[in-house]
Amino acid sequence: MNWVIKMFSSSLGQKFIMALTGLFLCSFLIVHMIGNLQLFKADDGLAFNKYAVFMTTNPLIKVTSYLLYFSILFHAFKGIMLVIKNNKARPVKYAVQNGAANSHWTSRSMGLLGTIILVFIVVHMKNFWFEYKFGHEIGYTSYYTNLATGVTGSKEMSAEYTQFNKIEEGMTADENGQYRLVIVKDLYKAVASQFKEWYLVALYVLCMFAVAFHLYHGFKSAFQSLGLNHSKYNGLINFIGIWVFSILIPAGFAAMPLFFFFK
Amino acid sequence: MEKNLNLNLKVWRQKNANDKGKFEEYKVNNISTDMSFLEMFDVLNDKLVTEDKEPIAFDHDCREGICGSCSMFINGQPHGPKQGVTTCQLHMRSFNDGDTIVVEPWRATAFPVIKDLVVDRSAFDRIISAGGFISVNTGNAQDANAIPIPKENADEAFAAAACIGCGACVAACKNASAMLFVSAKVSQFALLPQGQPERHQRVTEMVAQMDLEGFGACTNTGACSAECPKGISLTHIARMNRDFLSAGLASNDK
Repeated sequence: MNWVIKMFSSSLGQKFIMALTGLFLCSFLIVHMIGNLQLFKADDGLAFNKYAVFMTTNPLIKVTSYLLYFSILFHAFKGIMLVIKNNKARPVKYAVQNGAANSHWTSRSMGLLGTIILVFIVVHMKNFWFEYKFGHEIGYTSYYTNLATGVTGSKEMSAEYTQFNKIEEGMTADENGQYRLVIVKDLYKAVASQFKEWYLVALYVLCMFAVAFHLYHGFKSAFQSLGLNHSKYNGLINFIGIWVFSILIPAGFAAMPLFFFFK
Repeated sequence: MEKNLNLNLKVWRQKNANDKGKFEEYKVNNISTDMSFLEMFDVLNDKLVTEDKEPIAFDHDCREGICGSCSMFINGQPHGPKQGVTTCQLHMRSFNDGDTIVVEPWRATAFPVIKDLVVDRSAFDRIISAGGFISVNTGNAQDANAIPIPKENADEAFAAAACIGCGACVAACKNASAMLFVSAKVSQFALLPQGQPERHQRVTEMVAQMDLEGFGACTNTGACSAECPKGISLTHIARMNRDFLSAGLASNDK
């Protein structure tokens, strides 16, 4: 184990950690984006709510999610340690430093952008992850489909109904015919109601700019830190870094609060 | 067309390593645009000597851009506003009449100020001593082309070997990181057959010494390469990262 400790405690090794955890977090963004696209589905949130149950109960996802939480914390911790180390390398600052002449501002602001993102993650997880898993605010909704006419609808369950980690399916009937029922915890409604608050929408949109700028530098920087710099692939890495991670994904995430705010 | 400039200088003055140091302002008049930046300092120092004042200490040697000693941080950039040049190659025509020019020494824990604008760059020498060499018996020069080397590798190694160890990379980097210097010195051997026997040991020990000297880590801002008077590429940093990783994975350490 000696060589592992030696390697990862060096300045280069610490950057390997930043790169590996960073790229893992990037891969999570893709999954998170694709899953959350279900918010745009006009089904009163049935698909999204079923997906939320799947994401909180599937054992493979659970293991991955713990790895994800660990990666977020480790990436942040290592990042802070590196900022401290790097500040120590220049205790006396320049009176005049023209950084814009030789580097992009995003690359010089990774610590600040990362801090904004960390604060965002805390707020985001408190509002949804914590409330969904441990809170009592989020209620249940029953989605019904009339088997004869195909008419669908939904209605809120009473506050006493609690069936966490489960999708309750069943049948019921009234004078209009038979219905198939799906009862599930309504995270969709929590999303929709929170994103009616202008300050949360503003926070989310601003933080997505931080994500965009962080990844504008961070994605390609991770490859460089791992030594993956080759003229044959650099174009592709830059393209994905800019178009996917600093435009498409942040824009997609920012569209979600805006969609509910203006809905 | 030659014209003469009148300039205001703000120069860092520091008696010795323990002195706190401060900026002093100087006026220099009638500076030819054909002068180099160092010649302008010569004019100023002549004036200071005749006024019975302490001249400004600054490093210089070859004055043709190959010794790497003229370390001056000028208006927020190492070696001034032009890219691909050292301070001695910077001409006064890069400035305008009436400009205020701020001149500071390199700022880094690993490069302590000795006096005024002179810093101690022996940290670089210790990094070289740690592994920046190949162990071969000297003797008669070998026949040319006795060892085949692909042209691309020879060119790339040569580009790395163009590093003059001036420290502009450290000075420009927001983290005072020495990655560009060390990676150039690793690359120039890693690309050639003669460098292979000690390849892993070299990168491991040079990186260890680099960390020991108190240089910062790399954020891949690219400031080093942009300010490098010899245009050393960031690909060398990637090569060093790669070599360091494979040296760790393949080491005999358990």
